[in-house]
Amino acid sequence: MSFPLLTATAAVPALGAVATAAVPAARRAAAKWVALAFSLVTLALAAVILVRFDPDGGRFQLTESHAWIKDFGVRYELGVDGIAVALIALTAVLIPFIILAGWHDADPLEGARPNRRWRPTQGFFALILLVEAMVVISFEATDVFVFYIFFEAMLIPMYFLIGGFGDRAGERSEEETATQRSYAAVKFLLYNLAGGLIMLAAVVGLYAVTADDLGTGTFSLQQIVDARASGQLDMAASTERLLFLGFFFAFAVKAPLWPLHTWLPNAMGESTSPVAVLITAVVDKVGTFAMLRFCLQLFPEASKWATPVILVLALISIIYGALLAIGQRDIKRLIAYASISHFGFIILGIFAMTTQGQGGATLYMVNHGISTAALMLVAGFLITRRGSRLIADYGGVQKVAPVLAGTFLIGGLATLSLPGLAPFISEFLVLVGAFARYPVAGVIATLGIVLAALYVLILYQRTMTGPVKEEVRSMPDLRPRELLVVAPLIALLLFLGVYPKPLTAIVNPAVDHTLSVVDEKDPKPDHPVTDAGWFHYSPKPEGASHDGASGGAK
Amino acid sequence: MENLIGLLVAAPLLGAAVLLCGGRRLDRTGHYLGTVLAGASFVIGAVLFADMLGRGEHDRALHSQVFSWIPVGGFRADVAFQLDQLSMTFVLLISGVGTLIHIYSIGYMEHDERRRRFFGYLNLFLAAMLLLVLADNYLLLYVGWEGVGLASYLLIGFWQHKPSAATAAKKAFIVNRVGDMGLSIAIMLMFTTFGTFAFAPVLANAEDASEGKLTAIGLMLLLAACGKSAQVPLQSWLGDAMEGPTPVSALIHAATMVTAGVYLITRSGAIFNAAPDAQAAVVAVGAVTLLFGAIVGCAKDDIKKALAGSTMSQIGYMILAAGLGPVGYVFAIMHLVTHGFFKAGLFLGAGSVMHGMNDEVDMRKYGGLRKYMPVTFVTFGLGYLAIIGFPGLSGFWSKDKIIEAAFAKGGTEGWILGGAALLGAAITAYYMTRVMLMTFFGEKRWEPAPDPDKAPSVEPGIEVRPGEMPHPHESPKSMTIPMVVLAFGSVFAGGLFSLNDAFLKWLEPVTGHSHGHSPLSAATVTAGTMVVLAIGVALAWAQYGRKPVPRTAPRGSLLTRAARRDLLQDDFNHVALVQPGRYLTRGLVYVDHKLVDGVVNGTAAGVGGLSGRLRKLQNGYARTYAVSMFGGTAVLIAATLLMRAV
Repeated sequence: MSFPLLTATAAVPALGAVATAAVPAARRAAAKWVALAFSLVTLALAAVILVRFDPDGGRFQLTESHAWIKDFGVRYELGVDGIAVALIALTAVLIPFIILAGWHDADPLEGARPNRRWRPTQGFFALILLVEAMVVISFEATDVFVFYIFFEAMLIPMYFLIGGFGDRAGERSEEETATQRSYAAVKFLLYNLAGGLIMLAAVVGLYAVTADDLGTGTFSLQQIVDARASGQLDMAASTERLLFLGFFFAFAVKAPLWPLHTWLPNAMGESTSPVAVLITAVVDKVGTFAMLRFCLQLFPEASKWATPVILVLALISIIYGALLAIGQRDIKRLIAYASISHFGFIILGIFAMTTQGQGGATLYMVNHGISTAALMLVAGFLITRRGSRLIADYGGVQKVAPVLAGTFLIGGLATLSLPGLAPFISEFLVLVGAFARYPVAGVIATLGIVLAALYVLILYQRTMTGPVKEEVRSMPDLRPRELLVVAPLIALLLFLGVYPKPLTAIVNPAVDHTLSVVDEKDPKPDHPVTDAGWFHYSPKPEGASHDGASGGAK
Repeated sequence: MENLIGLLVAAPLLGAAVLLCGGRRLDRTGHYLGTVLAGASFVIGAVLFADMLGRGEHDRALHSQVFSWIPVGGFRADVAFQLDQLSMTFVLLISGVGTLIHIYSIGYMEHDERRRRFFGYLNLFLAAMLLLVLADNYLLLYVGWEGVGLASYLLIGFWQHKPSAATAAKKAFIVNRVGDMGLSIAIMLMFTTFGTFAFAPVLANAEDASEGKLTAIGLMLLLAACGKSAQVPLQSWLGDAMEGPTPVSALIHAATMVTAGVYLITRSGAIFNAAPDAQAAVVAVGAVTLLFGAIVGCAKDDIKKALAGSTMSQIGYMILAAGLGPVGYVFAIMHLVTHGFFKAGLFLGAGSVMHGMNDEVDMRKYGGLRKYMPVTFVTFGLGYLAIIGFPGLSGFWSKDKIIEAAFAKGGTEGWILGGAALLGAAITAYYMTRVMLMTFFGEKRWEPAPDPDKAPSVEPGIEVRPGEMPHPHESPKSMTIPMVVLAFGSVFAGGLFSLNDAFLKWLEPVTGHSHGHSPLSAATVTAGTMVVLAIGVALAWAQYGRKPVPRTAPRGSLLTRAARRDLLQDDFNHVALVQPGRYLTRGLVYVDHKLVDGVVNGTAAGVGGLSGRLRKLQNGYARTYAVSMFGGTAVLIAATLLMRAV
């Protein structure tokens, strides 16, 4: 038997969580290094996956399959396609930076007595690794039940990360922040639990349907897709739609899609910025990923049936999220609403059902992860320095901390999808993909690029430019550790903006396959140009072009 | 030779990277590095130009495929360059004027502690602008297009501690983004129409597409051009952009970037030729803007803002010419090049005046400067003569051709457009004479430097003691030499281009050309232009030359007051867009908090009977309840599955 690479990639961070949690109370600082080491090993394993994965190879690769709960047809089935590989890589890349950025976020407060039972530092980093493990295995699972378990279980460590750790109180009272935090954590939990419970019903329903048609029930994605293709499994339209909605609801809460989005600003606002990055850049991606992998492939007909409504919701998310971002007074909530707008783009791309749309959406998941991480982590460094999340409390930072301001600007420019940086490519692909099938939706979504410029540049102007505020006068510039977090993220944004081919090469075949399951083809251009090679255009000689011009003037 | 094309972009890009990441070590040498790399770009451009001249007119274009950029399904974008006569013209203008302005900035920015960064941004601008004109497809052009927008944003807001500069920078970027929407949609339309957005295949097959599609593409390209080139209705950012350092105004907001819209339309000629409705829109925008900018230029007392109005107006001429089709493309570009010389020269002259006048920009506080700044006076004067179209100078040759082409449009339209162009020429003569008289002639109206605390608009880094009277002096050599070079261009470029129709022959293989049928003879048009020119100059003389200039602006007519406020463009935008937008976002914030959140929470609580729990959970028992709920969920899963199995 070959080495179970996929299991190992999820197991390493899980083990890391245990090891980190086990660090004795007195050796607090060591916990950080243990966590960092395990996250780096995970990164190395993800790199091995990337190398071993053959873009032109089979549908699911590096597969592992073991019987688990025989009675219910649950199998421990793992496998990755290009989309999953890209997202595993994203997760593995971001976690070390999240750990580094949060290096001091869980240090005990000064004057706090050491406590043998509550060890926040160990807990914080262990929980982050635990989330990583669960996210990775969610990307790998090809058995619906296995996916469901980890999709739900992820809520537990996330709940504690949001509720247990927040920014230092600053001007608010410690008690008030604690209340706000626990409200945010509970809201996060309840929203996602509600989604999860509805999905659970659908999961059970799926089992019932497969058991009826195939004799033995199964949760295997591959098996169900094959059975549907061969006609063995024939769902009634109404059943398929109900099951689709059950799945989609859970993913739409996670993604989050308007109007199920309101937990996100609370959760991102109250948690520390590395945790906010964990939520929006990593955990939420499981939602959009699952739409591509499970909603579309298990229920292709229902997906097409629901497309018009979902597209409208996605468009609302794009515009609404951006408008609300413009209206925010809190830096972190602003970034949260910007993310809601971006998730609108991702969902628009997925349900446009074109190669550009879905390829763009997958790239968007990766690029949004990196760009939000860059912006949010720098915002976190800023907030830690001043002890306030309010935009109005800043001003003129550029003068005292130019490197901080510069990296913040680059993160912001990535967020507004400036060409040359990675998010531009994904956003443009989504727009083109949507436009090709639904021109009106494409044009409306394009409005988002103006609104994005507004919320990013207003934020930058109010915090970084203008006269230097008294309270920021002594603000130090980025420290080496902080620079170590931001510089590689910016380098990645630049690299993937100029040369996205390594990513598109692995994503394209997976997208083609998804579309073939849904049975959708790209719309053809009206007047396809056959010779795509370069040749020189020169206008017709004078007589001809002149006739054309005078004819046109009439 | 093909491989050199990439270097044109790479040299300044390298400069930008080194200067912006290099840190303080480079503070003392950085500006030389930036200037040398800009110069390198110009030298490479000159080498390529010489090579191009050596080939026959129909195989002058070079193409260089660098790598495949975004391949997704049928969507194929490459990083590839195309250097033909049109791109070549721009390359020489951008790198040439760019290098001169780098040299000028060495002196102008001498006292600014962030000079290294300034040069980094300038290099970034050059790289992006060269990419814009060298791209072989619209998506790569878009990268350059937004790249210059970024550089413009950074440079307008270079003195970020001034709130007005930061606001102006943001405004420029956002208004430009509205235009960028147009470019995005145009590219999408091309993709769905032709399956590609590379220049050559799209332009060669443009005529196959339906006129409706082509009109849509054309209008979207026009929207993009309006944003970048500050044409009505997206013109409002250019005046505010004068908050940037003067070399920036000269390079970006006069000579090069703002003309990118003209490039876009000329490059897309094949699309516009087949979409007469789109052409009509282009022509209308050009004609309206050339009058709009000219009127605004008449009312401004701020020397840079007067010149900005003039830039808007001159680009209006170019857009008008480009909208006329093959009759006008060549002249649009020719005027673009001559304008690049004289307008850059005028701005550098204005910068030189400000340099000697404690950074005063109000022309009512100038006067009589010709004796104190002879070089500036002469070079500025030559630029002045060129822009009003004084016979024999550069502007005369290029503007005259545009007016002629406008008449050649034929019919009522031709008379209207030609009339507008003539009227514009008269107003140009008026406001430029006004600038000239108020600045260099008449009595001294100098005033002591304001207290920087009260007037924070004073450019920093230049030592100005409050209350000190200005000591006008000629600027250093690094500043005057570029002004002299540009003055040469202002005087001779137009004549050289017109010698044997050299410029026409050079560009015709790329843009095409037709002569049109003017209802008026060329001589009549020229004569008419001379008459209106004389009227404009005479009017300005009567008002500002014969009589002393008041130190404070008189109240003025309704039109004057409106023109001082940029013909109420900002007021309109404020009432029509900004205010409603503000109410909308505020309203939505409220709605999101009270309504969406409340309804969803309420539904969830109602359905699950969770409202009681929610309250308890908030009381601090959250962890216990979370665990218990997970316990419940697990039990539920197990039970359901068991039931199924049984």
